[in-house]
Amino acid sequence: MRVRLTVNGEQRHADDVWEGESLLFLLRERLGLPGSKNACEQGECGSCTVYLDGLPVCACLVAAGQAQDREVRTVEGLATGDPARGDRLDPVQEAFLAAGAVQCGFCTPGLVVAAHDLVERVPHPTDREIREALAGNLCRCTGYEAILAAVRLAARWKAGR
Amino acid sequence: MDFLRPDTVAEALALKAERPEAVPIAGGTDVMVELNFDRRRPAALLDLTRIAELREWSAGDGVVRVGAGVPYARIITELGDRLPGLAMAARTVGSPQIRNRGTVGGNLGAASPAGDAHPVLLAAGASVEVASTRGRRLVPATDFYLGVKRTALAPDELITAVHVPETGAPQQFSKVGTRNAMVIAVCSFAIALHPAQGRVGAAVGSAAPTPRRAADAEAFLAGELADGDRWASPRPLPDPVVRRFGELVASAASPIDDVRGSAAYRRHALSVLARRALGWAWRDYTGEVG
Repeated sequence: MRVRLTVNGEQRHADDVWEGESLLFLLRERLGLPGSKNACEQGECGSCTVYLDGLPVCACLVAAGQAQDREVRTVEGLATGDPARGDRLDPVQEAFLAAGAVQCGFCTPGLVVAAHDLVERVPHPTDREIREALAGNLCRCTGYEAILAAVRLAARWKAGR
Repeated sequence: MDFLRPDTVAEALALKAERPEAVPIAGGTDVMVELNFDRRRPAALLDLTRIAELREWSAGDGVVRVGAGVPYARIITELGDRLPGLAMAARTVGSPQIRNRGTVGGNLGAASPAGDAHPVLLAAGASVEVASTRGRRLVPATDFYLGVKRTALAPDELITAVHVPETGAPQQFSKVGTRNAMVIAVCSFAIALHPAQGRVGAAVGSAAPTPRRAADAEAFLAGELADGDRWASPRPLPDPVVRRFGELVASAASPIDDVRGSAAYRRHALSVLARRALGWAWRDYTGEVG
């Protein structure tokens, strides 16, 4: 089947989509957006977190066909402009860099999207709120301390903007 | 495989009547796992997420009708006051990502004994609204769960809503797991006080082939509360009453040993959960009335 959707502000479509495939597969394998990571395929790890109509979801648990006519925003869509040409990363991404909140990096895109959602919704999140917001994202390197530091930093930057 | 995309309940029911083998999908938190792991290859998926009616809730006559497609995140933010027990259970579901997608309708459709909403629906005295082209009917939650992942739903029927009494009285939900997030309950317990009816609803999850009410515990506690007119002039409950309630809740379960816990552990944990939840609910009630 053909699936049409908006991804990071652009109208996109894919053909020959298998009816049982996930939005994650559609994004990575058909639309060339490998930022969202594929790990557990059962909603446990959060590595595939994307915005669907403005809400963070596990892309592995959304059927590709359910994204028809919907708006998806992936980690690739958080930075404005082209970071390769010196344009700005999102403050959450900058904060992950500044705090060294990346070890192997596999969980990072999902964590960045989940953290982005938190700091957009909650201007001054408490540590409890940060932990709760990131409860669906696993980091196997166990780099959580630096991740918490990054989210605190991102929240401060956003509040001070 | 076909991907069916109805825009209205009527369209969905017509499709389900024509294709009873079609598997309904809403939040996808169960169905997509089965697809991703090649455990299931249904002939068709019936996507219910485009149907606005399923995503609405309304309140009237002391009952809240929650559309089957209202995600847990909205139950928490919009129904915490009216349906405190359901909102408590909703807060323990999965993770923020899962709560943005998962629905009570999906919990009922999957009918896992471990589903978080079930004990609350049983304790609150909820009914499940199911529909087909033959019409709509209300199935009391107590009659809905027939076995492990088996329900009273006919092949041509869809779950359209749950009707949950708005009791205005304390409710509690408690669950045991290895951490707060992303936990399939080792066991769970819900209690709902129904002062207007002089009764108590109590139910266990993840401790029997189906979620089930703890009828003996309910009757025992209702008797104790009627005795000495505790509903009208509430006082702290004597410890032996609380302990006996916990024992009766535990004896309502028929748990198994599995990877999440042993049967003996589940029985013990249920008695603890029941004592604590009763203590919290009764303390809240005493604070409100006393």
